[in-house]
Amino acid sequence: MELLRFATGGSVDDGKSTLIGRLLYDSKQIFQDQLEAVQRTSVARGDDYVNLALLTDGLRAEREQGITIDVAYRYFSTPKRRFIIADTPGHTQHTRNMVTGCSTADLVLLLIDARAGATEQTRRHAMIASLLGIHHLVLCVNKMDLVGYSKERFEEIVDDFTGFAERLQVYDLTCIPISALAGDNVVDRSSEMPWYGGLSLLDYLEGVHIGSDRNLIDLRFPVQLVIRPISNEYHDFRGYAGIIASGVLGVGDEVVALPSGFSSHVVSIDGPDGPLQEAFPPQSVVVRLEDDLDISRGDMLCRPNNRPNVGQDLSAMICWMAEGPLRAGSTFAIKQTTRWARALVRSLQYRLDVNALHRDSRASELELNDIGRVHLRTTAPLFYDEYRDNKATGSFVLVDEQTNATVAAGMLRRPTL
Amino acid sequence: MAHRLSHLDTLASEAIHIIREVVAEFERPALLFSGGKDSAVLLHLATKACWPQRVPFPIVHVDTGHNFPEVLEYRDQQVSKLGVRLVVGSVQEDIDSGSIIEQPVPGATRNRLQTFTLLRVLEENRYDAIFGGGRRDEEKARAKERVFSLRDEFGQWDPRAQRPELWNLYNTRHRPGEHFRVFPLSNWAELDIWQYVEEQHLELPSIYFAHRRTVFRHSGMLLAVGPWTQPRDGVANEQAFETTVRYRTVGDMTCTAAVESTASTPAEVIVETAVTRVSERGATRADDRFSDAAMEDRKREGYF
Repeated sequence: MELLRFATGGSVDDGKSTLIGRLLYDSKQIFQDQLEAVQRTSVARGDDYVNLALLTDGLRAEREQGITIDVAYRYFSTPKRRFIIADTPGHTQHTRNMVTGCSTADLVLLLIDARAGATEQTRRHAMIASLLGIHHLVLCVNKMDLVGYSKERFEEIVDDFTGFAERLQVYDLTCIPISALAGDNVVDRSSEMPWYGGLSLLDYLEGVHIGSDRNLIDLRFPVQLVIRPISNEYHDFRGYAGIIASGVLGVGDEVVALPSGFSSHVVSIDGPDGPLQEAFPPQSVVVRLEDDLDISRGDMLCRPNNRPNVGQDLSAMICWMAEGPLRAGSTFAIKQTTRWARALVRSLQYRLDVNALHRDSRASELELNDIGRVHLRTTAPLFYDEYRDNKATGSFVLVDEQTNATVAAGMLRRPTL
Repeated sequence: MAHRLSHLDTLASEAIHIIREVVAEFERPALLFSGGKDSAVLLHLATKACWPQRVPFPIVHVDTGHNFPEVLEYRDQQVSKLGVRLVVGSVQEDIDSGSIIEQPVPGATRNRLQTFTLLRVLEENRYDAIFGGGRRDEEKARAKERVFSLRDEFGQWDPRAQRPELWNLYNTRHRPGEHFRVFPLSNWAELDIWQYVEEQHLELPSIYFAHRRTVFRHSGMLLAVGPWTQPRDGVANEQAFETTVRYRTVGDMTCTAAVESTASTPAEVIVETAVTRVSERGATRADDRFSDAAMEDRKREGYF
């Protein structure tokens, strides 16, 4: 059974938590005691109907304020697939959570209130999904029951959104009219909307092809840990542990180690359950080489004729996640693959106005939740690819060296210096 | 050949990556081991992550003094089989020394008291990262916790001040005195655990499988008749009876309830788990039933 990870986005009150509650409930993943707890709380609060949103709002402040504060991860499975949902809040001030949710997602599900149509927040979330390299976007036009299940209204919203999405890198856009509250087109096709000829949301999620979203071409193996047992049994053992970031690695393959540039051949690959002939992402493996090379954590194995960029001057899109502003001249710790270094923000090229998709090159700082293009200079060379080609080697985080807080998520671009 | 991983292989590789990240970036890691199925899976994954070395970090057991004997036996078996170092924090010793005060009720649960002992053991050994078997599907507050969850110098969790966690780039930086709780099984669900136990032929404490036991009903839950829990005299419907049960979770005997079941193998447990309508904690943990926020409150104080 395959794993599908998706993130949800949309504005406050578009009904995300209700939709997730509905998916879990209708696919029989909600346990009786969890439902009863929600029913009790709903009654105590005087709600008109059982508030399925209470199933996902985990913190006390969220239940009290009726909002979702933080990314919540939910799990369900059907006979066809195992799902992980990153349920992200719709509040503008928590947009960093959308970036977080998208960073591990295969697909993004965006909710729109059929009465309101796409809002600034919907467009912002679609933009973030595109920026984070999500190939599949599902637009769920929710609350169709409140617009009389109107085909015209649905098409109007879809037209409007498609016009916006054309300017993004979205490869696969699917639009589904639903009512999360009433259950229309969530698990089963709705009898209220005979004009809709597509799949129910769950049918779509069970079938969407995600196998091609991985990079199986460019071998990149960032060394996570060097394993050298102090034991007689494994006296000469020297293994390099890590996750295959991209590409396929086979026993006998010639590899080059960066930064040294020395090459060797793969003698063995051991996966969690024993020896493998080849390994691919996202497998955790231990690789042994024919020759004793000087390789340590943060180094990278690749092929002699297919190497990543190696450099200290980097260009990247970043999402700024700290309360205080980002200005050129600041220095941070940077983590990319299994490497830590320090990074100086040399310049801010522009701030992205996500509503107009306009580049504001006069901006002198990025505020919380702003997205912008920066040039960085790192203290040590990084081995990287463009994020759009390789998420695993094209992503990084910036960490404040005083507070240790994670302050930015970054996606590397081709250098333009 | 299709380059596809099953959901279990994907989850296992993710967990191994997390464990290796801790080994690489922390100085004094340890693994919290309750003897339950999640910590059994976690310890098994730790052996894979460190292979062919032995697990280089100690395992920590917080002994409430109210453990199932089968679980202690299992713990000691695993320790000697894997050659790992065991560190035991005894809640009883902390009670005897007056560090913590037990509620003067016979059979009072020590679930909340163990937080003190846990934090004492962490501080004495200066652990900077401690693995736990917590899963996000267990409980609503857990669903919001990071894989690398920072605790302040008092061991407290602040759910509103969590660092964003992006891709698999874990930010392990912390100040002296702070530590991380690390949850490699964050993305596993109860069913995944059982499927993995079956696939890997893992041993578990015998109480996870159907056995005869004398129990009584208390607040809708089946508690074992034992040294700390007995039916109250004169309370209607609290008579002891013998039946076939198993445990879905393993905790303090005073607050862990059994479920009636005839499942005697992991495969039979999987069939039951797939159709059960009651959550693991709802069925079996009296400690989570006090309020909607019981787990959140305990976690804020430093509980796992």
